[in-house]
Amino acid sequence: MRVALVDRPIDVAALISEVSNESCGAATVFLGCVRNVNDGRGVTGIEYSAYRRMAEREMTAIAAEAQAKFGVSRLVVEHRLGTLGLGDVSVAIAVAHPRRAPALDANRYVIEELKQRVPIWKLEHYADGSREWVGQGTRSIEHGGAEVEPLPAAAATEHSRP
Amino acid sequence: MTVTVLLFASYADALGSSAIELVVPDGSTVRDVLGTLAAMPGGHRLPPRPLVAVNAEYATAATTLRGGEEVAVIPPVAGG
Repeated sequence: MRVALVDRPIDVAALISEVSNESCGAATVFLGCVRNVNDGRGVTGIEYSAYRRMAEREMTAIAAEAQAKFGVSRLVVEHRLGTLGLGDVSVAIAVAHPRRAPALDANRYVIEELKQRVPIWKLEHYADGSREWVGQGTRSIEHGGAEVEPLPAAAATEHSRP
Repeated sequence: MTVTVLLFASYADALGSSAIELVVPDGSTVRDVLGTLAAMPGGHRLPPRPLVAVNAEYATAATTLRGGEEVAVIPPVAGG
């Protein structure tokens, strides 16, 4: 089991090799990639940043939960930070297990939890030259499940880094 | 006592800084720190109840601080 934040392109083949072995009849891979459109706006790239110390801690916790829930021990998660272009892989999760169901379930669990809990942010760059922070986590400080109001888009754009 | 407030993404843009050393009264809670931040220039752009982590663990508004902690104000996350 390994999790990492990386500042270089993710080597997907290396991750598959890392988790696979002869006892595993299944290996699953999830890749998150930079998409060329979001909410109808043309995207040209995404800048990923993180609260590294906590992000690594949360990713480790999620991997441990997947291990406990699905009995998978051969699991690796890498999330890339920095500026990525269209089609670049931002996150990769590889799981191997003797059977396919735990490998598939664990993979799904890790990506869904990662998107909800891991303190990583993306600044989308649009075709019209503007930039905006994107938010999808919804937990508030009081309890899980409450909506957190994102900052108004215009205000966020106005103060985005040049 | 002093705490280190970390701000990220849109919240760092709102306050114009990604790390602020804040002097707060002894016994202050996370809620008190958020109140102090809200009163700073740009602080009105933070939501009323943002997600907060103390020393890299999710905390609540009632969490009491001892001084020296890293208090991170966490915008809606967007990994993946």
